[in-house]
Amino acid sequence: MDALILSRLQFAITTVYHFLFVPVTLGLSIFVALLETWYVTSGSYEERIKLKKLVKFFGTIFLINFSMGVVTGIVQEFHFGMNWSEYARFMGDIFGAPLALEALTAFFLESTFIGLWIFGWDRLSEKLHCLCIWIVAFGSNLSAFWILVANSFMQHPVGYEIEGGRAVMASFFDLVTNRYVLGEYSHALFAGITTGGFLVIIISAWKIATDEISREMFIRTLRRAVLFTFIGVMGVMGSGHLHTQYLATANPMKLSSLEALWETKDPAPFAIVADVNQAAGKNDFEIAVPKLFSFMLYNSFKGEVKGINELQREAMEKYGAGNYIPDVKGMFWSFRIMVGTGGLLLGIVFVMGVIAFFLRDSIKNFLCCFKLMPLLLPLPFIANSVGWYITEAGRQPWIVVGLQKTAAAVSPNLTSGEVWLTLIGFTAIYLFLAVLAVFAAVKFINRTKITEEE
Amino acid sequence: MDLNIVWFILIAVLFTGFFILEGFDYGVGILMLGKSQSERTQLIRAIGPVWDANEVWMITAGGASFAAFPHFYASMFSTFYLALFLMLLALIMRGVAFELRGKLDNSDWRNFWDGAIIFGSLVPALLWGVAMANLLRGLPIDSQMHYAGNFFDLLSPYALLAGIFFVLLFAFHGANFLSLKLADGRLLLDLQRKSKFLGIAAWLAYLLFVVASVFETDVMSKMTGVIIFASAMGVLSASWSFAREGKQKAAFITTTVTIAMTTVGLFVALFPRLMVSNLLPEWSLTIYNAASTPKTLFIMTIAAVILVPVVLIYQGWTYKIFKERVSGRG
Repeated sequence: MDALILSRLQFAITTVYHFLFVPVTLGLSIFVALLETWYVTSGSYEERIKLKKLVKFFGTIFLINFSMGVVTGIVQEFHFGMNWSEYARFMGDIFGAPLALEALTAFFLESTFIGLWIFGWDRLSEKLHCLCIWIVAFGSNLSAFWILVANSFMQHPVGYEIEGGRAVMASFFDLVTNRYVLGEYSHALFAGITTGGFLVIIISAWKIATDEISREMFIRTLRRAVLFTFIGVMGVMGSGHLHTQYLATANPMKLSSLEALWETKDPAPFAIVADVNQAAGKNDFEIAVPKLFSFMLYNSFKGEVKGINELQREAMEKYGAGNYIPDVKGMFWSFRIMVGTGGLLLGIVFVMGVIAFFLRDSIKNFLCCFKLMPLLLPLPFIANSVGWYITEAGRQPWIVVGLQKTAAAVSPNLTSGEVWLTLIGFTAIYLFLAVLAVFAAVKFINRTKITEEE
Repeated sequence: MDLNIVWFILIAVLFTGFFILEGFDYGVGILMLGKSQSERTQLIRAIGPVWDANEVWMITAGGASFAAFPHFYASMFSTFYLALFLMLLALIMRGVAFELRGKLDNSDWRNFWDGAIIFGSLVPALLWGVAMANLLRGLPIDSQMHYAGNFFDLLSPYALLAGIFFVLLFAFHGANFLSLKLADGRLLLDLQRKSKFLGIAAWLAYLLFVVASVFETDVMSKMTGVIIFASAMGVLSASWSFAREGKQKAAFITTTVTIAMTTVGLFVALFPRLMVSNLLPEWSLTIYNAASTPKTLFIMTIAAVILVPVVLIYQGWTYKIFKERVSGRG
């Protein structure tokens, strides 16, 4: 394997790994902030002691996750220069700005106020302390905005000119108001709320089942987490739907690839399963619902959707000979896994909501099921990972759609030996730390009791 | 003054902030070597609330380089590929260590993470010295701004000397920071003893670094840099005597000034270059051939002028909140 493919693999591994933690940060920061607001505004003495313990409990889980997100985030920032120097040269005039703004507006906020939050319990007034975690939540979600501004440009370049062999900024306003940002950002924000909320659901269920002393309090967090996650799942579905519709104009190749639609059709059917034959440019077998794809895109049973093969011909006319088709099979199945997982999450949240709100008194009957809930924890993380696969694999062979190919972006001075070394090194340390972090978190969760004693 | 110069100054400011702030964090990490576990806990507490925000200065320096001088960012990061890999491993371990260390009540567990903090402080301190020296000394950068050497070309004796110089300077700076932050009298005495040695060692390393720079780089062609280095050495020697006399605040302020002057001196010596090519001087990266367009520089200037002071205000406020000395208890 050469430096290019290894660099791609390394970037993919780092991104997916980084994005295991980021959505938890995005969602759980908001949830902890809500919890602390609840604590600050609540009345009775015993209640306050328990609520404060709850804030610290979920705060600690948040912090373990946060530190993992921070350290892998540094790798992300360095990667653009280390492995993708030609990308950095070509795109720096545009891409560097949101990255620097992310650091200036968001990273400083997050890192400063997280320090205040962790160590400031006895030094700050309650309200000020609560404000700190809100600022952390704001900073985290702001940082996601800037990086998705940068990513959206790669998917759908706007507000640029080509000058002296590189892309230069024509309008910063256009860059930030790129319609693509709206889809990516809302989807990521709600995915964060879903992931963070679902984590709280799982932990609460586990504590309800295994820790009788703390049960009462975790039933209450379960209720709140169910509502929180429900908002997240609905938002993620809605934003995902709207963004997919928008892809029809913004990036038709990506759209048709994730439906494995090879030939242009009006109206287009929706394939539920398909045996994708990328080499032959067709599906060897498929089960499809007629007209459904057109309906999902246009809210009407009519409407043409361009097929991959036609889009390939158009791309060749526009950009010259070459293969402009992404990994259709991977896209097709990733999309189904993502949507299916989303549906499953909605179902789980619904069931948990019924139990938490309506079967509160007979909750003891469900304890054995609650004990198995941690097995479901991977669900949102799987959805997040395949979601990024769709986003990033879906723009291949381009690194910036229509402007620069991935193959032209890699650092020319790297040898495959060097990238092998770093690929193995990063992957090993990621796995090692994941094990230790999860181990520490599980130990902490099991040992911590939420009681009235100070 | 054009925007390219403004951004050269801003990048220098960001690196200065980074070296001053993470300088003492790295220093504290290095000083954990040879300490008992309970002592290490106190050392960590001294930087606990602030290290993360201090590290963001490095990330911002990187991000700002990307935005203002993309070719500099591209060439520097791809040139230092394996060195940065090593640095990232170190920073990953360090960052997670601060968080996980206290999560388990187990001595082996804490020892392991303490080792990670020491490793994660020593390696970046060393490598940033190596990196700065290489920018100035020159590297085989070709006409396309690509690095034409290998990993071992980065490890010249001069660059390694600069790395050791950074380690010693940061360790001394960290000792001065700790002398302001710790409450335990025995630890303070020990620090004062260490400072005697660290101050002189840092000063000697500085001297060697300046002498070597005269031979290895073109600092002599522009005397300003050398004058700044020489004055910084004067300030450093003052810091050494302050530390010995137990004038803790003065000692810390003077190492802060030393680091600031040293960073400024390095950038002055570089100016208007960002990365020197030793193949052909014209192939060096400069603030003009490596820069973004005036438009991007203008937008980023406005952002920086507004945001950097705001950051300084709330970060400064944090230090005020945590101004008390930390002890072994509580």
